[in-house]
Amino acid sequence: MAWFGKRQYTVLPATKKRDIPDGLWTKCPGCGEIIYNKNLNKNLSVCPKCRFHNRISVQERIAQLVVKNTFVEYDKNMQSVDPLNFKAYKNYKDKIAQEQKKTGLKEAAVYGEGDIGSFHVSIALTDYRFIMGSMGSVVGEKVTRAIELAIDKKIPFISVSASGGGARMYEGIFSLMQMAKTSAAVARLSDEKIPFISVITDPTGGGVSASFAFQADVIVAEPRALITFAGPRVIEQTIHQKLPEGFQRSEFLLEHGMIDMIVDRSELKQKLVDLIGHFDSYSK
Amino acid sequence: MAVNGLEFEKPIIELEKRIKELKAFASTENIDFSDEIKILEKKVVESKKRAHRNLTAWQRMQIARHPDRPYTLDYINALTKNFIELRGDRAFADDQAIIGGFASFQDKTVMVIGHQKGRNTKENITRNFGMPHPEGYRKMLRLMKMAEKFSIPVIAFIDTPGAYPGIGAEERGQAEAIARNLKEMAHLQVPMIVVITGEGGSGGALAIGLGNKVFMLENAVYFVCTPEACGAILWKDRTKAPEAAKALCITASDLKKFEIIDTIIPEPVGGAHRNPNKTAENIKNTLKTCLIELAKLSPEEIINQRYEKYRKMGKFLEK
Repeated sequence: MAWFGKRQYTVLPATKKRDIPDGLWTKCPGCGEIIYNKNLNKNLSVCPKCRFHNRISVQERIAQLVVKNTFVEYDKNMQSVDPLNFKAYKNYKDKIAQEQKKTGLKEAAVYGEGDIGSFHVSIALTDYRFIMGSMGSVVGEKVTRAIELAIDKKIPFISVSASGGGARMYEGIFSLMQMAKTSAAVARLSDEKIPFISVITDPTGGGVSASFAFQADVIVAEPRALITFAGPRVIEQTIHQKLPEGFQRSEFLLEHGMIDMIVDRSELKQKLVDLIGHFDSYSK
Repeated sequence: MAVNGLEFEKPIIELEKRIKELKAFASTENIDFSDEIKILEKKVVESKKRAHRNLTAWQRMQIARHPDRPYTLDYINALTKNFIELRGDRAFADDQAIIGGFASFQDKTVMVIGHQKGRNTKENITRNFGMPHPEGYRKMLRLMKMAEKFSIPVIAFIDTPGAYPGIGAEERGQAEAIARNLKEMAHLQVPMIVVITGEGGSGGALAIGLGNKVFMLENAVYFVCTPEACGAILWKDRTKAPEAAKALCITASDLKKFEIIDTIIPEPVGGAHRNPNKTAENIKNTLKTCLIELAKLSPEEIINQRYEKYRKMGKFLEK
C-alpha cells in the first residue's frame, strides 16, 4: 500500500519575489508597465506607454505650469484651527499635524501669482495629498484671496483642483460656507469681466466641484480624472447598482457637456497660454 | 393628527393618551375628573419642557426629520395667499423635490421656493424625499432670476437630506447646477431670505440658501454631510451617527454661536409638528420684520451686505 504515503504533487518552494527598490521604479496604475522614475518625471508623471496621468503635488504642478522663478506664494503659513474641537476615530488636530509632516505643506491649498507663458496670472491650486485636498476654512480663504488678487491686479485667475475630499468634514458647517465664500468671490470676478480658467484634475469632488471648480469661463480637465458631485461609493450605496465603466471620468463629463475640453498634461501649459490669449485679445 | 412618537417622547405620548381616555370615560360615565385631568395636563407640559430643554444634536435631528413636521407647502399655505406654482427648468424636466412660485405675503408679492418632502410613500416617490436633481436647481435659478428682473424678494425654505446622488444627477451635472446657483445667488440684486425649517443637507441645501438673512427653526439642523455618512467615513461605522451629529455641531444654537445663521426661530414645546400654526406664526413675524429691514437697501447694498456676510466665514490662523 505504498501509494498512501506517496506525494501526488511536488510542492515547489515559492520563488522569492524580486524586490524593487523604493523610489526608483513605478508601476503604472493604468497599464502595469514598470517605469523608471526619472523617465516618469521627465514625462510630467504621465505614463509614456498608456498616457495614464499620475496625480502630482502642487509643487510639481507649479513647476510644470509657471515660468521658473516667477511664482510668488502668499499666505504660505496660513493654518487650520479646529473650530469644532473635532474628535472622531482620529482627532482633527492630529490629522493636520500628520498631513503637514507628510506633504511639507501647511494646508491643502497654495496660491500666488506668476507667469504662464508671457501672461501674468493669479493661480490657486489644491493638493490631493493633504486630507484629500478637501476644502476647509484655509482652502476657502486662500482661493478667495487668489480671486481677490486677480480682481485687484486685473489679471486672469487660474484654479487647478485636486480635491477628491470635497468639503472637509472636520470643520463642519465652516467647510460648507467656504463654498458660499468662494462662489461670492467668483461672482465678483465675473462682474469685473476677468477671465477664469478652471483646470480639474484627478480627483475632484463635492464641495470643490459644486463651487469654484465649475464656475469658470472655461473648464479644462486632465484625461481620465475622476470628477464628481457625489463619490462613486456613495452612489453605489444609494442605488444599489454597480456603476458603468468610465462613469464620472473626464471623458464622460465631456460627452455630457459638462467641461470644455480634455487636455493632455504635456499640452496643458500651451493650452492655457492660448486661452488667455483669446480672452486678452481685445483688452489692449 | 396621528403623531409618530420619538423615543424620548414616549412617556409624554403615554400621558396624553391617558388624559384622552380619562376625558372620554368622564363624558360617557358622567363623572367629574377635572382635577385629575388638570394635574395630568400640568405634568405633560412640564415633562415636555424638560425633555426639550436638553435635547442632544441627534434627538433634534430626529425632530427635524419627523414625518409629521410641516413641510414647505404647509408653510406656504399658512403664510401666504395666492400661491401660483411655476414649474420646469425649460431644459430637461420639472423636479418635484423642489418647488416655487409667486405668492402674496402681507399683501406683497414674493417668490417662494423650497424643498418639498412627501408625507407617504407615494408622495415621496414623486418628491424623491426632498432630494433634488440638477433640473430642480436650474428651475430654482430660473425663478430667482425672474424675481430679480421684477424686483421681487425671494424667500427660501430649506428642508432636504441633500442633493440626490444618482447616475442621472451626475450625468446632468449636479455639481455644475449647484455651483451655478451659488455664483448667481451671490450677486442677486433682490433680498434673499432663507429659513431652514428641517434638514439643511449640505450643498443641496446651500444651493438655494445664500441669503442676506438666514433663519433657522429651533430644532432644524444644518450640516456639511449627514451624520450617518460622517460616521461611516470618520468612525468607519454608520451607527456612530449620534456621535457624529454631536461632533459636526449641526444644531441651531451651534450655528448661531458660530454666526453662520442670524436668528433662531422658536418652535412650540415638543417641536413644530406639535403646533404647526404656532410655528408658522413665529416664522411670519420674523419674515415680516426682515422684509421691512431689507427693503431699505438698494440693489447694490443688498449684494454688498450678502458678500460681506459670507466673506467673513471661516476660522484660521495667520502667522
